[in-house]
Amino acid sequence: MANPKPEELAKIDYQPPKTGWMDTPAVLKPGIFLHGSKAKSLETVGFPNPRTWSVKDEDWKLPPNWQEIFIEGLRERVSKYRSFRLFFDICVRCGACADKCHFYIGGGDPKNMPVLRAELLRSIYRKYCTTSGKLMGKVAGARDLTTDVLKEIWYYAYQCTECRRCSLFCPYGIDTAEITILARELLNLLGLNIEWIAGPVANCWKAGNHLGLQPHTIKDSFDMFCDDLETITGIRVNPSFNRKGAEILVVVPSGDFFADPGTFTTMGELLLFHELGLDYTWSTFASEGGNFGFFTSNEMAKRLHSKIYEEAKRLKVKWIIGGECGHMWRVWHQYHNTWFGTIDFLEEPVSPITGTKFEHAKSNKTVHICEFTADLIYHGKLKLDKSRNDNLIVTYHDSCNTSRGMGFFEEPRYIINNVCKNFYEMPHQTIREQTFCCGSGSGLNASENMESRLRGGLPRANAVKHVAQKYGVNMLACICAIDRAALTTSVDYWVPGTRVTGVHELVGNALVMKGEKKRTTNLRGDPLPGMEGE
Amino acid sequence: MGLLFSFFAVIALIVIVFIGVNGANLHYLFGVIIPYAAFLTFIVGVIYRILQWGKVPVPFRIPTTAGQEKSFPWIKANSIDNPSTGLGVVVRMAMEVLLFRSLFRNTRAELRDGPKLSYASSKWLWLGALAFHYTFLIVLIRHMRLFFEPVPGVIKIVESLDGFFQVGAPIVYITDLVFLGAVTFLFLRRVVIPQVRYISLAADYFPLFLIGGIGITGVLMRYFLKTDVVGIKELTMGWVTFNPVVPGGINIIFYIHLFLVASLLVYFPMSKLMHMAGVFLSPTRNLANNNRAEMHVNPWNYPVKVHTYQEYEDDFRDKMKAVGLPVEKE
Repeated sequence: MANPKPEELAKIDYQPPKTGWMDTPAVLKPGIFLHGSKAKSLETVGFPNPRTWSVKDEDWKLPPNWQEIFIEGLRERVSKYRSFRLFFDICVRCGACADKCHFYIGGGDPKNMPVLRAELLRSIYRKYCTTSGKLMGKVAGARDLTTDVLKEIWYYAYQCTECRRCSLFCPYGIDTAEITILARELLNLLGLNIEWIAGPVANCWKAGNHLGLQPHTIKDSFDMFCDDLETITGIRVNPSFNRKGAEILVVVPSGDFFADPGTFTTMGELLLFHELGLDYTWSTFASEGGNFGFFTSNEMAKRLHSKIYEEAKRLKVKWIIGGECGHMWRVWHQYHNTWFGTIDFLEEPVSPITGTKFEHAKSNKTVHICEFTADLIYHGKLKLDKSRNDNLIVTYHDSCNTSRGMGFFEEPRYIINNVCKNFYEMPHQTIREQTFCCGSGSGLNASENMESRLRGGLPRANAVKHVAQKYGVNMLACICAIDRAALTTSVDYWVPGTRVTGVHELVGNALVMKGEKKRTTNLRGDPLPGMEGE
Repeated sequence: MGLLFSFFAVIALIVIVFIGVNGANLHYLFGVIIPYAAFLTFIVGVIYRILQWGKVPVPFRIPTTAGQEKSFPWIKANSIDNPSTGLGVVVRMAMEVLLFRSLFRNTRAELRDGPKLSYASSKWLWLGALAFHYTFLIVLIRHMRLFFEPVPGVIKIVESLDGFFQVGAPIVYITDLVFLGAVTFLFLRRVVIPQVRYISLAADYFPLFLIGGIGITGVLMRYFLKTDVVGIKELTMGWVTFNPVVPGGINIIFYIHLFLVASLLVYFPMSKLMHMAGVFLSPTRNLANNNRAEMHVNPWNYPVKVHTYQEYEDDFRDKMKAVGLPVEKE
């Protein structure tokens, strides 16, 4: 299905319908929703109600007692998550969140206002978990759980990227991500996942990464990277895999093994580690930093993530470096050791190059690669030639997860400013803690929901367009694998001519290595400035 | 529907007072029993709700981070919007509760042809909310004069500041005007802004009408209708000394005012107004962002089924060996 022209898609009607939202049934539109999960994907991880079904069918083949399962699940979760319970109870519907959501800004569907997206489920909570809702029904904002209502909850739970921008502006900190996460958990009790999430989860369970790359394939990919790097730099890099006794385990999102431009980020990292002579290893088992389980249920997230620490334990490394990935860092930062328990088999991370103790990571023993690199640059341990990135006019996209789930703003900027001459910020309402989602996060980066992705991507892309017109920006840097894939599509559509890069690709370009030959191209094979004719 | 329902619900409350006090002469019921019952319901209800929330665990440490985290000494951390210590959290919460920090960030998105999106700072809701809550608080403090004899100096100071401009007789309190203005603003934005109207429920209109009704009856009583201030004080002092008496001759407007306040007190614990207490418990605001430095324990954490390395190696051993990857079992 062809997408309309940008100027057509950007004609957005923000006027809500005449009928109240409870009386306006959701129409599930192609281009917005994603394909339902396949039976095989659910079976692989032992999830309920595996079957063949289609979103377009009237009958979603729910278990006969589906209402009971859903409502029991809801009651259980409001007694286990204070966030969930509280966020249901205290919303005053002030509307401050409404125009903070990229899907609402880009689409105008009122049920994508965070407050109303939450009301879809809140109305069920009122009906089945509160006295006033039970007694007074609609007047109290309560409604029955029918199949239409369930489909509506499903439709909008997979139109939220859990980016938390609304929660920043909410006077009570109500976090729609929290509501979406638990809404998806409830839907998963009925087998209502989407294949774009369920498939990667199954892959990750079996092969260790979302893409299902098997160990020899990963090795092959790296061999190719090393060949390319040798061509570019004249240096042969020899990474090790599953090596016991290495000091550091490096885990990055598997997208960076597989798809451009993420692969260039991995290549940059390979160069950096080689130049430092770092004693580190990759793992083909812990070959995924990301966690699509997090977009399924907290239990599934925990089931997938444990391999990171298990592998670190088996390989007897001292600590872990994590790559450039958004939701991976939400999970690693905010959930990691809570899920796993005390990490006493690793040591407090210390940079072997600078001696810096990463005190802020002393409990869970994971360090962001940008922290690691920023520390190297600060201590003058890297020889960098900025001019190799002079053909790039760079802006930086803060990932939602590292921004609002971590507060990770300065380190990547510090690196970029040390490896690039031309760096310009987007408008301040669109960066740092106020950053906009790429539009495809939380497992929504499929192709069948392209209209939704482009709509959700509009606010970010529009800010890029602003700096592209003002400063001639032609490169959008980011520290997230989903961003690298999704923003490429989004800016191609809204801001043609802009490309996307990881921060460590820029580092790899600028890094002056011992014994390297005179470089003529950057890591993606473009001629370096001044080398265009060679 | 929610709007009309709420409006008539408040009208019905007023009619009940007319019938009860003027018609049936139930002065003791409306002057003593209902106020006591309402106050008790409020206290017990609020405590019950807080305990109810409090017993639900906080499995994960999930602050919404709104500034640079604490990392290296050479990077300036935002210790308030992204606190890493308990003290930072206290300051963050104080800013949230006292100054409505998050609402202060509010922006308004606007889409023009191009397409071109812009985000203008929009402080009206913040200002309206702040005006509403603070004038409500000051009015409440002024009312404390009814429960003390002699009236404490601090209340008199508040009163004299509030009547600073010395206009009218009796002197007009600035807060009375601002309060009614703020309630009207909060109501109008709900009706006028299409998106806000679309999300509004009866539960949003009802407290506005109720609080507006309380404000209007209060203003009527003070500035326009003759009410027996001495009699009212006798009644209120009777409550606090647990020796309630109902003096005769108190204007019906007082009973309406009082009954609406009682209704608010009863309604409060079961409504969204509990945000007053709830905001303190919000896990995205009241937790320090020190996740990687300190372990946060989930009280209901349980072991889960995992796919072990051994199972992985069993699946892929031959392929691993073929490309020279080390294996545990040959």
